[in-house]
Amino acid sequence: MVNDPIHQFQIHNILGPWNIFGQEIGFTNSNLFMGIIVIFIISFLLLASAKRAIVPGRLQSVGEMWYGMIHNMVGNVLGKEGAPFFPLVFSLFSFVLVANMLGMIPYFFTVTSHAIVTIAMALFVVGLVIVVGIWKHGLGWFKLFVPSGVPLVILPFISLIEIISFLSRPVSLGLRLFGNMLAGHIVLKVFAGFVVSLAALGIGGWFGALAPLLMAVALTALEFLVAFLQAFVFAILTCVYLNDAIHTHH
Amino acid sequence: MDPVAAKYVGAGIACLGMGGAGIGVGLIFGNYLSGALRNPAAAGAQFTNALIGAALAEGLGIFSLVVALILLFVK
Repeated sequence: MVNDPIHQFQIHNILGPWNIFGQEIGFTNSNLFMGIIVIFIISFLLLASAKRAIVPGRLQSVGEMWYGMIHNMVGNVLGKEGAPFFPLVFSLFSFVLVANMLGMIPYFFTVTSHAIVTIAMALFVVGLVIVVGIWKHGLGWFKLFVPSGVPLVILPFISLIEIISFLSRPVSLGLRLFGNMLAGHIVLKVFAGFVVSLAALGIGGWFGALAPLLMAVALTALEFLVAFLQAFVFAILTCVYLNDAIHTHH
Repeated sequence: MDPVAAKYVGAGIACLGMGGAGIGVGLIFGNYLSGALRNPAAAGAQFTNALIGAALAEGLGIFSLVVALILLFVK
């Protein structure tokens, strides 16, 4: 099928696959775009900070805004103790942002539209929360699941709910990004498919195709907003979860 | 009912959950705007909280999308 909206998410090998310890491992298009993303981030930030002018130019302003936004956010949510986690949050934000933005270019592969990538990042964040929490507070960190000031009768239920909500964090954090990117790209493809199939009807169809074409343009603008917003939300929620590990008194 | 038809009907019903997420996100941003118009000076500081709330509400809607996708594509 030509207009198959799922086809764009297919992973195929560019090099390989090689047989390594009984596993078929190849260099896929997903790997290629992860490499492109990392190279883009590093070269852009190096280029933006190369001049170090007191009055920043255009490129340097973008670099400063990019850095300053996350720096402010980490400072607001985590406070002073959050400074060691700034590089992590900045890297996660940059990777997700550039992955989402590059994915908006036609024929480019969207790395974050695969649940395995986003859930792996979310699992890393929540695993880090557990490790840092136990490192900083010892076993007292588990008081996170026992809120103070709750009557003893309903305390077991509240604890159970708290534990379940904690355990669902990696799933919800990863699936949110994955679902948004997947749904957005499918919607774009479906509307683009309407244009093609309506235009195939003849002269009358050409005018009919205008409506989905305009819709596709508007949706593309919306998708750019979503691409940025989801990267920011991923970074904010990472900070909020890390906050549980650093300040655990409630 | 034909099992394939039941699968598609189930996927459609699962997507109703996204309406709930839409109501939730609308409530959050609507209340944020009404609060921001009353006290614009305090609006900037609370935008992050509004985004967190919207993200949490939206995540539940995404779950229903995932349920629909699992119904459609997982054999």
